[in-house]
Amino acid sequence: MSLTRSRFSDILKQRILILDGAMGTMIQRYALGEQDYRGEKFKHHAFPLKGNNDLLSLTQPHIISEIHEAYLEAGADIIETNTFNATQISQSDYHIESLVYEINRASAELAKRAADKYTNRNLSKPRWVAGSIGPTNKMASMSPDVNDPGYRAVSFDDLVENYCLQVTGLLDGGVDLLLIETVFDTLNAKAALYAVQTLLDERKLDMPVMVSVTITDASGRTLSGQTPEAFWISIAHADISAVGINCALGASDMRPYLHEMSERCWTYLSCYPNAGLPNELGQYDETPKEMASVMETFCKDGFINIMGGCCGTTPDHIRLFSHIAERYAPRVPPQLIFKS
Amino acid sequence: MTEILPTLRLAGLEPLIVSSQSNFLNIGERCNVTGSRKFLRLIQQGRFEEAVQIAVEQVRGGAQVLDVNMDESMLDGEQCMTHFLHLLASEPEVARIPVMIDSSNWTILLSGLKCLQGKGIVNSISLKNGEDEFIYQAKTIKYLGAAVVVMAFDEHGQADTYEKRIAVCKRSYDLLMDKVGMMPTDIIFDPNIFPVGTGMTEHANYVIDFIKTTRWIKENLPYAKVSGGVSNVSFAFRGNNPIREAMHAVFLYHAIQAGMDMGIVNPEQLVVYEQIPADLLMYVEDVMFNRRPDATERLLSYASSYVSDEKEEAHNIEAWRALPVNDRLAHALIQGIDTWVIEDTEEARLNMNKPIEVIEGPLMDGMNRVGDLFGTGKMFLPQVVKSARVMKKAVAYLQPFIEHSNQEVSKKAGKILLATVKGDVHDIGKNIVGVVLSCNNYEVVDLGVMVPAERIMEEAEKVQADIIGLSGLITPSLEEMVYMASEMQRAGMNIRLLIGGATTSKIHTAVKIEEEYPNGITVHVADASRSVPVVEQLLGEQKATLTKRIRTEYEDIRTRYKKQQQAKNFIPLPEARENKFVVDWTKTRICRPKQMGISVYKAYSLEAISNYIDWTPFFRIWELDKPYPAILHDVVIGKEAKQLFTDANQMLEQIISEKWLTANAVVGMFKANSVNDDDVEVYDEENGLLTVFHFLRQQNKKASGQPNLSLSDFIAPKSTGLIDYIGGFAVTAGIGIEAKIDEFNAAHDDYKVIMLKALADRLAEAFAELMHAHVRKEIWGYAHQETFSNEDLINEKYQGIRPASGYPACPDHTEKQLLFDLLQAEANASIRLTDHFAMWPAASVSGLYFAHHESRYFGLGKIAKDQADDYAKRKQQEIAYIERWLAPNLNY
Repeated sequence: MSLTRSRFSDILKQRILILDGAMGTMIQRYALGEQDYRGEKFKHHAFPLKGNNDLLSLTQPHIISEIHEAYLEAGADIIETNTFNATQISQSDYHIESLVYEINRASAELAKRAADKYTNRNLSKPRWVAGSIGPTNKMASMSPDVNDPGYRAVSFDDLVENYCLQVTGLLDGGVDLLLIETVFDTLNAKAALYAVQTLLDERKLDMPVMVSVTITDASGRTLSGQTPEAFWISIAHADISAVGINCALGASDMRPYLHEMSERCWTYLSCYPNAGLPNELGQYDETPKEMASVMETFCKDGFINIMGGCCGTTPDHIRLFSHIAERYAPRVPPQLIFKS
Repeated sequence: MTEILPTLRLAGLEPLIVSSQSNFLNIGERCNVTGSRKFLRLIQQGRFEEAVQIAVEQVRGGAQVLDVNMDESMLDGEQCMTHFLHLLASEPEVARIPVMIDSSNWTILLSGLKCLQGKGIVNSISLKNGEDEFIYQAKTIKYLGAAVVVMAFDEHGQADTYEKRIAVCKRSYDLLMDKVGMMPTDIIFDPNIFPVGTGMTEHANYVIDFIKTTRWIKENLPYAKVSGGVSNVSFAFRGNNPIREAMHAVFLYHAIQAGMDMGIVNPEQLVVYEQIPADLLMYVEDVMFNRRPDATERLLSYASSYVSDEKEEAHNIEAWRALPVNDRLAHALIQGIDTWVIEDTEEARLNMNKPIEVIEGPLMDGMNRVGDLFGTGKMFLPQVVKSARVMKKAVAYLQPFIEHSNQEVSKKAGKILLATVKGDVHDIGKNIVGVVLSCNNYEVVDLGVMVPAERIMEEAEKVQADIIGLSGLITPSLEEMVYMASEMQRAGMNIRLLIGGATTSKIHTAVKIEEEYPNGITVHVADASRSVPVVEQLLGEQKATLTKRIRTEYEDIRTRYKKQQQAKNFIPLPEARENKFVVDWTKTRICRPKQMGISVYKAYSLEAISNYIDWTPFFRIWELDKPYPAILHDVVIGKEAKQLFTDANQMLEQIISEKWLTANAVVGMFKANSVNDDDVEVYDEENGLLTVFHFLRQQNKKASGQPNLSLSDFIAPKSTGLIDYIGGFAVTAGIGIEAKIDEFNAAHDDYKVIMLKALADRLAEAFAELMHAHVRKEIWGYAHQETFSNEDLINEKYQGIRPASGYPACPDHTEKQLLFDLLQAEANASIRLTDHFAMWPAASVSGLYFAHHESRYFGLGKIAKDQADDYAKRKQQEIAYIERWLAPNLNY
């Protein structure tokens, strides 16, 4: 049974859902070298490929499957495809932009296979795959050149085109929902939403869509300068199933923004912070227990419908979150009530 | 469970929630090229950073949303909108607040929306072109995340009564709710704020109707908001700011009470209702609420105590004929009535000591008033030309008396020499400039058309001209002007030089012409009405400062232009060819023309042609720039437009019934194939080579998926083995025009001269349209079932194109010679080419026909040196020759 928006909403009314944790942190554990990234398929590719995690869905699919399964084992209801950077814009850094569709489709298929395996083990806890749509590495509403503020490294139309290709791959690969995440520039997110809406319309799909913003630092704004509420207003037209915050901050630093969004957003709310702030070695070291205790306060205060982890989080974090989730009622979103 | 109030939510970097509890929302109006001269000037000159400062000032002045409008025909609206919004995004003080993207052009609205990370407002869409377009646009806006202003406008025009306004609003609202799925909170109505106090009784209830409509919307269309452009209401009182501001305050006071939520205003100029003096308030409210029949007159007379003495009262004929003779002359001049001008002039002459005093006294006084009224936008061009006709008739009558008494005409304000440059035959604009200048006491010497540089210089020396004005319409004229400037420099002249005409621009003047002539000063004049202030300044006391200012300004333009050119991306020609427009020829049905070879049409029915006239450009000639037929009902220029339209149709009837003009056409259909990417070979029926057309290819770097177009892409390549076809045509409606022009000139009737030339141009364009339809349906026959209205034709809804050499898709005028040879246009249609490839008679059109269903018009843009070299080789011409003809299109 495919996941419709109303079914998703019914489930979110009943319980807090668990999203998986970091993909990158887990891949690091395998200590892969250049040859591993290349695999057989790209042995002769003219440019270095190490670090292109999304490519591993093609070259080391078993590793990606293992990571998905580890999160499912830990109790994640929703796992994300390994496609955060799978757009032509981002993949052109590695000169394999022609493989974008294939990466998205293969990643979706891998994740879907893992999720189905766990769903079949326990039909009362269905598992779903969220197609991960990252922000790309270019901003549509700010110039990278301070001396030329009118310049843009990427246009809205380019982004729409990029996202259309990515989403086509994800849909063909069988994802259950779509997650536009780590939004640092709302115009990029609007382009993604435009692409998603157009494609879902075309295919007559009633698929849930989630959007998650990144509040960069204590300024309480996105990298492109918006406050959380301004961000929400700017994407509310898309009629999404859930909105939330991820990345950049650890859980405790997210509280004020989560609080604000919890009051202002008339949709379900997600939260998947980093495992604290990076230490001097660039590693995230908030332990599962430390992080879970903060997440628990969010649940207690009624801020949470969906929770999971971003950079630095592991299956151990997710396992603790899923135990907490069972003990708390989900947030009840405020309602927009039209009276005629 | 908490509730959230459904209401309009907008965002820049910060949220803006517009609820029934919030105060009236001020939308800043100054970033609008149609409403602010200053903003327009800055944008035209590319001074975007300074334009951003206007936005900053408005935010500081209290604007909560910023209206941005780039609707000006000479601007690249999409590009200006995008660039300006990019800059606003990097100005934190402004980026805070939401933007209202304001345009009547859908593609500009779209480019604007694609720049906003926040949630803005689109202003506006309407049912003007029917439901399908309305629904499509609204859906797109919804997907792009913006609120939308809906104008009370439908297929029948702008809704101007209460009943019409509410009907259109209701219909729009229902469509948005049922067919689009728009949030009702995102719907904003603009129920049309029209001017009152215009002197026309049908306008008197406009404010009352607006307020009633507003109240109705708030009661009947849940959650919808009401907005409008407030300064429109006082349009009839231009030039009198205190009155206008009082009107705005009164309007807002009442409209807000009725439920108006927001308005486009100048927040820095809002006055407070309570502070309006009691008597003024009474007069204004009398007009606003149509409380007495003489309300407008009373406000006008009160207004004159506020500002100057300008009072324009409508007299009936009996009344003004009873005035003293000097006043009668003034009246005749201002109203453009020539019925009694000879007898009034004679009466004035008898009253004076010397006949010359009639000119220097009442006639000049009258013309000065005309000049002032025109300068302040209270009179429009057609009226001015009629005034000039009265003046000329009076002067012509006095001339023999003056010569007889051996008097000298007293000194004129200055002497201006006008000419259309060598190779160019277009002179309507130049004639208008001549009329406007002579209305302002300048002596105008007009050398006519196709005047070589040497002759202009010689005449200028001979008559001791203060200023030379050069005009031209076709692109080669730009190069001729550059040449002229360098020749004036070489000859050591220092006469001031004015540049004008449709293809000229301030940028071209600054970058190419001004530098050639450091001895003198060169100024670009954007249109006829600008010529007077420019000439006044050039000859006035401030000329030294002006000269300096212009030099600095043009220097700035050059610097910026060079910077921009460097910033633009071009790709090598082979790469552009690689990215050509790809047609799958295996799936293309090529239609063989039913009638191959050349067809000739002589003395074609002018009546049939006249049904195809596109009137909008006709009004533009007269600087009445609104689309036909809406222009006839425009509240500001409708009256003038109607009068002009009546005059035009009267003359058109005479042209047809008395056969003033003859229309000829030649059309040819030939086999053709594209070769070597960009050339098209044309063959006869036995496949013998007749000629080769050479096309140019867009060379700017395109977004992925966008091809670099050349017209040759629409013709099947020879390598496919397919036989394709191309057509060519040359039409004219100008044969025989000289006789009539001479007759009108002899009668000193510039109005009719300009009218006839403008009509002949329209007929030629209409003939081209007619012939194209005939080609599609009969001669070529690929669309024999098409049935389009004239409006559809004007909007180019048909399949196939007819690009003309010298226009954006194929800017090289020299290719016209190949077409003319192929069609034997001179023998077959009596049209010939000047040495600069302008057509003679001027009222002629020529071009090529492409039938491919994906063929379309495009602008070539700039090309790089490699393509110019390649093109020269293909045409077997010297590169210097090619560079001269393609100068405006070279990126180097």
